[in-house]
Amino acid sequence: MHHFKRLAASTAVVLCASGALAQDSITVAIQLEPPNLDPTSGAAQAIDSVLYANVFEGLTRFDADGAIIRGLAQSWDISEDGLTYTFNLAAGVTFHDGTTMDAEDVKFSLDRARAEDSTNAQKALFADIADVTVIGPLVVQVTLSKPNGMFLFNMAWGDAVIVAPESIDTIATNPVGTGPFAFANWVQGDRLELARNDSYWGAAPALETATFRFISDPTAAFAAMMAEDVDVFVGFPAPENLPQFAADPRFQVLNGNTEGETILAMNNQREPFDNPLVRRAVTHAIDRQAIIDGAMFGQGTPIGTHFAPHNPDYVDLLANSQFDPDLSRSLLAEAGLADGFTTTLKLPPPSYARRGGEIIASQLRAVGIETEITNLEWAQWIEEVFTNKDFGLSIVSHTEPMDINIYANPDYYFQYDNADFRAVLEDLNATTDPAGRSALLAQAQTIISEDYVNGYLFQLGVATVARAEITGLWVNQPTAAVDLTGVSWGN
Amino acid sequence: MSRNLIIGAGLTAFFTGLAALSFLWTPYDIEVLDIPNRLLTPGGAHLLGTDHFGRDILSMVMMGARTSIAVALVAVGIGMGLGVPLGLWAAARRGSLLDDVIMRGNDLVFAFPSLVIAILITAVFGPSAVNAIIAIGIFNIPVFARLTRGAALPLWERDFILAARVSGKGAARISAEHILPNIANLMIVQGTIQFSLGILAEAALSYIGLGAQPPTASWGRMLADAQTLVSIAPHVALIPGFAILLTVLGLNLLGDGLRDWLDPRIRVVRT
Repeated sequence: MHHFKRLAASTAVVLCASGALAQDSITVAIQLEPPNLDPTSGAAQAIDSVLYANVFEGLTRFDADGAIIRGLAQSWDISEDGLTYTFNLAAGVTFHDGTTMDAEDVKFSLDRARAEDSTNAQKALFADIADVTVIGPLVVQVTLSKPNGMFLFNMAWGDAVIVAPESIDTIATNPVGTGPFAFANWVQGDRLELARNDSYWGAAPALETATFRFISDPTAAFAAMMAEDVDVFVGFPAPENLPQFAADPRFQVLNGNTEGETILAMNNQREPFDNPLVRRAVTHAIDRQAIIDGAMFGQGTPIGTHFAPHNPDYVDLLANSQFDPDLSRSLLAEAGLADGFTTTLKLPPPSYARRGGEIIASQLRAVGIETEITNLEWAQWIEEVFTNKDFGLSIVSHTEPMDINIYANPDYYFQYDNADFRAVLEDLNATTDPAGRSALLAQAQTIISEDYVNGYLFQLGVATVARAEITGLWVNQPTAAVDLTGVSWGN
Repeated sequence: MSRNLIIGAGLTAFFTGLAALSFLWTPYDIEVLDIPNRLLTPGGAHLLGTDHFGRDILSMVMMGARTSIAVALVAVGIGMGLGVPLGLWAAARRGSLLDDVIMRGNDLVFAFPSLVIAILITAVFGPSAVNAIIAIGIFNIPVFARLTRGAALPLWERDFILAARVSGKGAARISAEHILPNIANLMIVQGTIQFSLGILAEAALSYIGLGAQPPTASWGRMLADAQTLVSIAPHVALIPGFAILLTVLGLNLLGDGLRDWLDPRIRVVRT
């Protein structure tokens, strides 16, 4: 009896202790580790995944549904001609190093991003800014060279966050922002820790500390989640394991959409893909549902153009490239390739590409197109496919939001060169009224669909696996972000 | 004949037979994917079930046997073809500078962990079955060279070699006509062991994506593909795993059995 009492008492202590510990700290896993911690120069999405909305904030920001809401700018006025934006900044905002955030910092950040020698990965976001003027300590005026209907959207990107001149030199290893969490520690190859910023200007987050871990191997991801080594996995890499988590009362599975248009990229300047008939033949050879089922275990929405289906301006163009192997064969014959041809298929690591690649290779073989599959690591893929354009076919998911403008760049890796399309996009950039923009976006989507620039496969889904008690996680990924501001253990 | 030899020969014959049969016939075409019928359990139309693409696993195992055996066989061939002559040459010129150069060169190759260098080779020259063969083959060379030299050295002191030398035969001719036949047993046994190691190495390389590329079937890649499916469809991972296990076990038993059977000293003791 005596024994039993002691045992019961110690158990109670242990229970209390673990309960108390679990309240305000969280371990989040994502697939890739950021190469550095500067969202204003690095192109890697993992940087934003860790830092966006947690450590860094911009003038505006994306909310969980992808809408543009206030960020450091609490309000703004747009002049009649659409050229002048006057931002009123939030008062009492300090950076994590104690320096104040004011209009000078905004001017510094925007001027730095749009400068001639800027290394910003998305310089196009800032291309229309003609001038940034400090009106008062908390008022800044941005003048555009031409009206840009996307300006507030552009300012919400992770590449447009506000940084301080005092801490800019060490930003790549010690990021200093204004967000609800401050950077605490980064053990490269292992984990990155954030701690609550107690002098945050906005609503204080529920979590005290957050640890990010980086697990790209699907088997390791499954094991880490099952063992509860991590509390949340954003972008779980093995869709085949999701039903198991959904059936387990310890976990919840959030199936969301992303801005990731997954495409079979074709090298438009390389034979035989310079012939639209061949490109069209390729798209008709592809059975999208087989790829979604076989590679993604059903997670994904078919797309007929390079545009996110959850966007209200999306046009359903799937009919242009329906699965029809006979049509594909006759198109190849018309292009003078009745006997088919051989090309390369270069695949980056994610399972949508590796598994999808095997399925596509099999589907193309059925119409006479032989592919030599090469599996590449991301660094090799960037070099061979993206930079040197040495490929015939490749599969990749374009996860930037509203990125149809990549088709206006003839140097972009798939090398689509169409002056009519560029004219439509120029009109789009100059148009601010919503109806006009919708019409132009529809036109742009239709052009690239009917030109069969690439094989448009499916919109990549994102699965977040989390402990059942956790609330406040983003379901969708309107931008690469793991926003912990509203996350708590739900009690 | 020992039991080991019979079991080993049986298993080896079975998998070699599967590989040979795959040239003529497989139950299904593994290049055709059948997504709606994926992850079927063994039995019915698919004797060993289907994988995550709906491919017939029995057909995959047969095609994979062909890849494994072809890679290992050619790799052992490279090792024997270069290693045995090198070893014979070193033995014929024992004690000379040439002997030193050959044997220290072997030590150099031995000094590196073989799989790590195989990974390096396939990473530099690109993953493919051919590069896997070369990578595995290179590491078979010193194994055979060393064994050959070791076995040939005492033979050079024997009277019948002396007789051959007196009759005016050159070192090369003596090596080919007198030394080689006397060490052939050893080479066959070692070849069997290296063959099983070659199959393991091929599986390891394809497991990490550096072996034969899809759509060529490979046991190692079947394992890697099935890894995340273990909890929902264990047979997809177990079957290629058992194929590797049984083939390697068979070859090792065969090697052991052959050694006992071919070694005259042990045979005398037994009879």
